Amino acid sequence: MARMKFLCDADRCIECNACVTACKNEHEVPWGINRRRVVTINDGKPGERSVSMACMHCTDAPCAAVCPVNCFYTTADGVVLHSKDLCIGCGYCFYACPFGAPQYPKVGNFGSRGKMDKCTYCAGGPEADGSKEEYEKYGANRLAEGKLPLCAEMCSTKSLLAGDGEIIASIYKERVLKRGYGSGAWGWKTAYRETIES
Amino acid sequence: MPSFGRFIRLAIGAWALLLLIAATPTPSMGQQINPTADAVNERQLLQELDRIQGRVSIPDQRSSVLVQPQGREWREFRNVLLRWIGGVAIVGMLAVLVVFYLAVGMVRLESGRSGRTIVRFNTFERFVHWMTATCFIILAVSGLNITFGRPLLLPLIGFEAFSEWSQWAKYAHNYLSFPFTIGVVLIFLMWIGGNIPNKVDVEWTKRGGGLIGHDHPPAYRFNAGQKAIYWIVVIGGGLVAGTGYVLMFPFYGTGIEGMQMAQIVHSIVGVLFIAAMLAHIYIGTIGMEGAFEAMGSGEVDVNWAREHHSLWMDEQTARTGPGDSQPQRRRAASPAE
Repeated sequence: MARMKFLCDADRCIECNACVTACKNEHEVPWGINRRRVVTINDGKPGERSVSMACMHCTDAPCAAVCPVNCFYTTADGVVLHSKDLCIGCGYCFYACPFGAPQYPKVGNFGSRGKMDKCTYCAGGPEADGSKEEYEKYGANRLAEGKLPLCAEMCSTKSLLAGDGEIIASIYKERVLKRGYGSGAWGWKTAYRETIES
Repeated sequence: MPSFGRFIRLAIGAWALLLLIAATPTPSMGQQINPTADAVNERQLLQELDRIQGRVSIPDQRSSVLVQPQGREWREFRNVLLRWIGGVAIVGMLAVLVVFYLAVGMVRLESGRSGRTIVRFNTFERFVHWMTATCFIILAVSGLNITFGRPLLLPLIGFEAFSEWSQWAKYAHNYLSFPFTIGVVLIFLMWIGGNIPNKVDVEWTKRGGGLIGHDHPPAYRFNAGQKAIYWIVVIGGGLVAGTGYVLMFPFYGTGIEGMQMAQIVHSIVGVLFIAAMLAHIYIGTIGMEGAFEAMGSGEVDVNWAREHHSLWMDEQTARTGPGDSQPQRRRAASPAE
């Protein structure tokens, strides 16, 4: 089985936010929630970098480890998903996540955050693939249709890569070899405990 | 022919330019200079700061934090350390209480019951105590569920039932925090007078509170053990309430790290608080004869007061006269006094 991962080649990211828009539209993500965002570090200064970030679908995911009701599960493709029926909206995954991926529909206090929402790697949830219930809770299930996440498919500079970890790593390595330098493979060390470049 | 001469000059110039371009060394593959060599580097940023933050163009400015790996330490605390601290404190306390009960049994009234009683806690005091106590028990159970429910209860009742129960437990935990906090504040205010440590407490503590054997060290209204419980409730209750509200109102003056710290303090104080309250419940019920009445009916037997709170009993008799067993009721019967 494939081990699905995201890889943002920061050298190519032009902060166009097409990935963010594509994600919001594809899954009809409610107001206030962004499953993916582009963060620009050192904006307008020398050494500026833009990185597109969402749930990285970590190996040994911290969110799943700390969840009090064990609502997370990892698919055979290595995608970290959760059940909104089991989620109690406690916010613990949100304390544990290194990438700020878990989002809550209500800014609400009193613990009334509502069910947690995060990037599904366009793989839906525990409901039947492509069902109406699945779409309403988690958005489209492109993976079941044999398609990759739309954010990466939409990326105009092919900065954001999605797919089997080994394949996207080899595409990236080829680029690094050709242009002579890497761009960091942001988040890989934290999410997958490995890095592509030295 | 001026036009021919211009053509020659142009041709020579073009050739010269071509030669110049050809002579410039072209960088071969792999030796390209890195135009982003001075760009920010993740590993370096993580070494310098504990998180990486930038700018986002979406309205949610909190999403500008790109990477914050300290959730890993928090995870380790929550899943390993907290379970050890909580398990040892709570199971340890239960074990100590069981062993103590089997070895010593209920502390009996040595002089038996006199049949006469004296008011120890009035209705308001008892109301505050039981309001706080009821909230505390529900808060404790629902709190323990968040830490220990997944390994202990979930396998027994299954995902759906456990999730449903946890959802209700969470709401109970959040909303009962308010009466609990009010209770802690009222306890602090109404019993502060009797709970300032003094010299008598030193003697009481030295004699181990008379727990072993038939010793009865003197005490005022609250002995050193009760004073300890009082301060545990006031300080521990204050801490769990304060940190609890930080967690309940996310991003009011805190970020993720602040909430991680709040959860750590909240949970450690919580489990220690539960362990202390187990001892309090023990001594107030099966641990000591005549003790429950103080919070039950509010009136204790005079002999109980004499044995366990001799100095307080002296104060009461001095105020109302000897042989006056039910000072308040009698005063009410003779208003002319």
